[in-house]
Amino acid sequence: MVDLLEKHRAIADRFQRMIDMGVNALGVTNDQMISPTRAIVGNREIILAGTNNYMGITFEPSVIAAGKKALDEFGTGTTGSRIANGSFAMHKELERSLAKFLGLKHCIVFTTGYQANLGMLSGLAGPKDTIYLDADSHSSIYDGCTLSGAKLVRFRHNDAADLDKRMARDDTGGGRLVVLEGIYSMLGDRAPLADFVALKKKHDFQLLVDDAHSFGVLGPNGRGLGDEAGLEDGVDFVIGTFSKSIGAIGGFGAGNHPLFDTLRYAMRPYMFTASASPASVATSIAALEVLAKEPERRQRLWDNSQRLFDGLRALGLETGTDVVSPVIAVKMPDELTTIAKWNALFESGVYVNMAVPPGTPNRLCLLRCSVSAAHSFDDIDRIIEIFKKVVAN
Amino acid sequence: MTEAEIIPIICDLLGPYNLEGKLLAAETDIPAELNIDSVGVLDFIMEVEDHFDIEIPMNVVSETRTVIDLARYVAAQKNKA
Repeated sequence: MVDLLEKHRAIADRFQRMIDMGVNALGVTNDQMISPTRAIVGNREIILAGTNNYMGITFEPSVIAAGKKALDEFGTGTTGSRIANGSFAMHKELERSLAKFLGLKHCIVFTTGYQANLGMLSGLAGPKDTIYLDADSHSSIYDGCTLSGAKLVRFRHNDAADLDKRMARDDTGGGRLVVLEGIYSMLGDRAPLADFVALKKKHDFQLLVDDAHSFGVLGPNGRGLGDEAGLEDGVDFVIGTFSKSIGAIGGFGAGNHPLFDTLRYAMRPYMFTASASPASVATSIAALEVLAKEPERRQRLWDNSQRLFDGLRALGLETGTDVVSPVIAVKMPDELTTIAKWNALFESGVYVNMAVPPGTPNRLCLLRCSVSAAHSFDDIDRIIEIFKKVVAN
Repeated sequence: MTEAEIIPIICDLLGPYNLEGKLLAAETDIPAELNIDSVGVLDFIMEVEDHFDIEIPMNVVSETRTVIDLARYVAAQKNKA
């Protein structure tokens, strides 16, 4: 008998090496959450600097109240898909609220952000089409592209000239979809949207931006990359998640295309899974209201990001991008050093993400920080101090 | 172009990815024998695409494991025109 799990032996060995060096960086258990930026792990209080909780909204009283009310009035779960069981009124309310926030006509809500990418990409493109995806795309984009059955062409990261070259080589016909991300999750850099939108004058294609890390974060209205660049009209489809700036769980796809809602009957990851739970939908609606009413949260996020970025660079650390971003990745020389430094950071009271190949671009090893509007300047200074003590020494 | 002409070029392009200095041959299984992870394979394929000025869709990559598999695909694309 061929043991099916034996093919994962190398992963198990690699994981064991990490465990042998200290704490399991990929499986930290928060025993208690004190705030959006503080947890108790074991018997120690840890500053959280790797949660993607950009708006620090997870303990907002109005949002929590909305979740409790939904639990009382609609129960714990939906127990089925919207196609089979129907929608709850709040699913539609959330879709209307998001469409309004984004200034778009149509929005479809998914149960997770991962499923939003699987659903949108496989719904938009089919076997006769071609998807052009950035080389540094998130795994959910790769998986969505694979599910579509489309021809998949990968272009060099953030390189519109490279995309231009690859589109010029294409001779297969069919629809063409270009996929970008607002903020790339590992290095924190963002797509040069103007360069890609300009290519629309030369090649026929539709453009999709995954704003998972940039929804609520970029632009004067927090709508994402298109909002920041003043190029929303050049973006045909937007994808986002509720697990970051919204502080819940779920995802969405949105656009202005008159056939957009037809996607509901063409996306397997939408049709064949239970719809989002009442508490998650209600907290998403409430959080979206907070985001719209409190733009100062976005300003606090950027002030904190600037402070951490400047502080870490002043220590001589190399960051993933030269532009300030709420994702600040510190480059490490190799995997063993990354594990050792991660453990030292954690022991000193700060949690960041450990990121190693193949989950990173260019085989980089990273200590990845994500900043929150809920961090105080004292928190940021403490994070910098700990990096100075254990990483920059 | 023939497969025989393409194979040494592919081997040259594999150089930066052959971190363990394995001996390269037509039958070398690129990801397995050279211990290149999935992203590394895709990065290498980009180098091949640019060198030969052809497109190798990701869908094809999983079916072209060896140097000779890849050389056959490149030859077919180059000789298509």
